[in-house]
Amino acid sequence: MPGMHRNNGEGRLGLMEKKNNRLAKFKYWLPVFIMMLPGLLYLFINNYIPMGGLISAFKQVNFADGIYGSPWADPWYKNFIYLFTSKDALEITRNTILYNFAFILVNNSLGIAIAIFISDVQSKRAKKVYQSAILFPFLMSMVIVSYIVFALLSNENGMLNKSILPLFGMEPVSWYATPQAWPVILILVNFWKGVGYGCLIYIASIAGIDKAIYEAARIDGASRLQLIGHITLPSIVPSVITLVMLNVSKIFFSDFGLFYQVPQNSGAIYSTTNTIDTYVYRALLQQNNPSMSAAAGFYQSIVGFVLVLAVNALVRKFSKENALF
Amino acid sequence: MLKTRENRRYQILCNVVLALLTIFMVFPFALLFMSSITEENTLIMNGYSLFPRKLSLEAYKYIFQNGQKIFHAYGVTIFVTVAGTCINLWMSSMLAFGLSRKNLPFRRVITFYVFFTMLFNGGLVPTYMMYTGTFHIKNTIFAMIVPNLLMSAVNVLLVRTYFTNSIPEALYEAAEIDGAGQMRIYFQVALPLGKPILVTTGLFAALGYWNDWTNGLYYVNQEQFWGIQNLLNKMISDVQALTSGLMSKEMAGMIATMPSVSVRMAIAFVAMLPILAVYPFLQKYFAEGIAMGAVKG
Repeated sequence: MPGMHRNNGEGRLGLMEKKNNRLAKFKYWLPVFIMMLPGLLYLFINNYIPMGGLISAFKQVNFADGIYGSPWADPWYKNFIYLFTSKDALEITRNTILYNFAFILVNNSLGIAIAIFISDVQSKRAKKVYQSAILFPFLMSMVIVSYIVFALLSNENGMLNKSILPLFGMEPVSWYATPQAWPVILILVNFWKGVGYGCLIYIASIAGIDKAIYEAARIDGASRLQLIGHITLPSIVPSVITLVMLNVSKIFFSDFGLFYQVPQNSGAIYSTTNTIDTYVYRALLQQNNPSMSAAAGFYQSIVGFVLVLAVNALVRKFSKENALF
Repeated sequence: MLKTRENRRYQILCNVVLALLTIFMVFPFALLFMSSITEENTLIMNGYSLFPRKLSLEAYKYIFQNGQKIFHAYGVTIFVTVAGTCINLWMSSMLAFGLSRKNLPFRRVITFYVFFTMLFNGGLVPTYMMYTGTFHIKNTIFAMIVPNLLMSAVNVLLVRTYFTNSIPEALYEAAEIDGAGQMRIYFQVALPLGKPILVTTGLFAALGYWNDWTNGLYYVNQEQFWGIQNLLNKMISDVQALTSGLMSKEMAGMIATMPSVSVRMAIAFVAMLPILAVYPFLQKYFAEGIAMGAVKG
């Protein structure tokens, strides 16, 4: 094996041997490095070059000259002045963070409850049916999701306006122009699509608990609620921490599809559906304002990165084994 | 399990709650499917419904008779999914193979190089400017394959961990003594032993491609390169523009000849059909992949 050479450290001979060894080592690993090259190169292009492109936030970006050819903004923080003096900055920050908090709360608390129920169901076949049903929406594209939501909410022939609201004697609502409805709609859609993901992890975590503990508690006369409160919940705390922290560290990012595609990019409801990601996209490709888009993107990348580091530092401090790195 | 009264009651509670939840999960798909087989006029008169008054297979007939555009988009999606997944697996397994070798020089540095892309990214503007300005991938098939989806650091690290844990160093040494080169070790030792993880990560890569519509949205405005998701996206945004009165008369006239309500739903159903078809067989892998993705790489 290379690297396991004996180095007797004796003058020229040792030096020669070292050189030969280095050559041997190089020859040995060269094919491996060549194999690794495509992947490393892809990450360099797809991930590292754009990191450098973040300086676009300090430029008067135009598409013709590219990021590096475009002139610097004057003063250098000009794009940020525009961004933060508009009402948009506050709105998109608020929406992004509040939606994320709601998603984390709803999907994790209900996800845990559902996971406990599914784990406790005795019929194996029923268990399988429930699990399949709950995971399936997770695999759908946001375009399909938006079609389904449209079938429910469309003004003219949506199921809600045509069949359900009349049952209660209510007037049709033009949902795609009613901003106050969207927090509820988006939280529901996100629950429907995403709850299976966390639920599955919690089910796996519950499956790892030693059954003997439950039996012993049973013999001691513990009730069902006590079993859940004293055995199940404490045992899955590490999974909960990991999952919640992972989500909290991404609190400055939003699912572009959920906020762009599902509300049909409808301008009347931007006040409750515009997030940093949709803002960046619209400024770049629909309003032709790449400088503003770059500033918002920079803001997201940097604050997002600081959040990842902060959350991880916090987890490290309190329970090291759950830290991401 | 104890057959107490409390337990029986609890079982009933669980099953009732979960049955309701299952209905909630499945009902939207049922609505999608039922709308696709609802007779067009019924749909316009009575709206989307789970129990339409009149059924019709006209929408599917229409797709099969005049659906060149749809079949083309479907073909693009299939091509992009297959090509993208293959390249993805090839690149990430080779990278992971190197990173899994304990004595690899600079192993820690390279691992960090991969891992760091999970923590920090440049965002849409620099990515968009680079791909369109430097690499000129706008309106090419590469736009549908290359950006963001071709390899993910998470998958690389998952495969690496799997290789490290399931292939003992002694196996490599034995192969080397037998005179195998690194290339051969990769093909004949690592790949066969890593099959389970490659199936799982490959599945998620394929799902990513099948469901992707953002690359088409950002980088492609010529229909010939659109996948099925982009076609669906275009159809529904046209409807939105039409109903919100943002569209000129002639544009509206063009749309009127486009597929109607039930046909749109039929296309959406056909787009999700492959996932529905493989789901029962591959559910295990989906579940495993999710459980693994949650633990740190």
